[in-house]
Amino acid sequence: MVQNLMKGLLALCIGLGIAQGAFPAEPASTEKPAWLPLAQDDLHDPEGPGIKFLQEPAESLSTLPSDVVGNRVNWVRALDKGFIDPRINLYSNKKQKVLDLDVIRRKTGEMNMVRFPHRQHTEWLDCTNCHEWLFKSKAGATKFSMFDVLKGDFCGRCHGAVAFPLTQCNRCHSVPRRVSATPAADAGRK
Amino acid sequence: MTYLYPQIIFSKLFGACLLASLMLLAPLTAQAEYGDVVLNNRAEQSGMRPVIFPHWFHRIRFKCKVCHTEVGFEMRAGANDILMADIIDGKLCGKCHNNKIAWGPQNCHLCHSGLPGLKTGIRGGDSTGGPGKW
Repeated sequence: MVQNLMKGLLALCIGLGIAQGAFPAEPASTEKPAWLPLAQDDLHDPEGPGIKFLQEPAESLSTLPSDVVGNRVNWVRALDKGFIDPRINLYSNKKQKVLDLDVIRRKTGEMNMVRFPHRQHTEWLDCTNCHEWLFKSKAGATKFSMFDVLKGDFCGRCHGAVAFPLTQCNRCHSVPRRVSATPAADAGRK
Repeated sequence: MTYLYPQIIFSKLFGACLLASLMLLAPLTAQAEYGDVVLNNRAEQSGMRPVIFPHWFHRIRFKCKVCHTEVGFEMRAGANDILMADIIDGKLCGKCHNNKIAWGPQNCHLCHSGLPGLKTGIRGGDSTGGPGKW
């Protein structure tokens, strides 16, 4: 019973943590600006001689398609719609190789299944950024759980650090599971 | 089921409450721009301010793969051992920060712009505030 209580508390803690991240106490649009000036970001030294030469986040980020999390920028849309045109190489002639292939990960417990779209990822990244060292190309060959992702591994290498954060559950867990008439069939699918 | 002594139960409960309060506080104190990286494995030991690397600024201008394949940065904050000598030799940051593509390494204070005492790592809000923090 005590163990069950502890599990419940842990679930509550994670829930609270996620809820706090998903619904910040202060809405971004009202009192607090979405992008703090560098001098107030608790990272840059306001006394430093270089700070006045650096670009302020609001100057560029406010002109890009908006989002509710992260940099408050939908980076995929910014690229798709041509708001930004980032370079793809410096000295090499490597061409952009976009792969339009969705992978569905079905073993997601109670959550919707995960749709991984290669297209959006290969617009930004090279195949070797993820393959084969982190993810095997063979579908289903890489075993990982949400705990690994939350710890900052696999998807969590980028999501939760630079790509949209892990509070955005439904952006990945986006494919509903068809409810079967027989519970046994459902169990098999999970 | 194993029997747990009251003091163990109490300490676990206390731990859980502490964890919950930390999770609630963590996102409120994070003010950096999402994806900002503090580089301070060597900077302050060498008498310079920590380096603040803003992902947002760079990804407007370069796709992820430019730095994470062609330049060779590992995708883990703190995992790259970056020496000023390498940058001056045109490696790592110096592949761009060479006065040709971007400002050169003589502009010390543009990169070394962080508050003293910052720890190396990735910053910015909107994480779970929980186990996702490494």
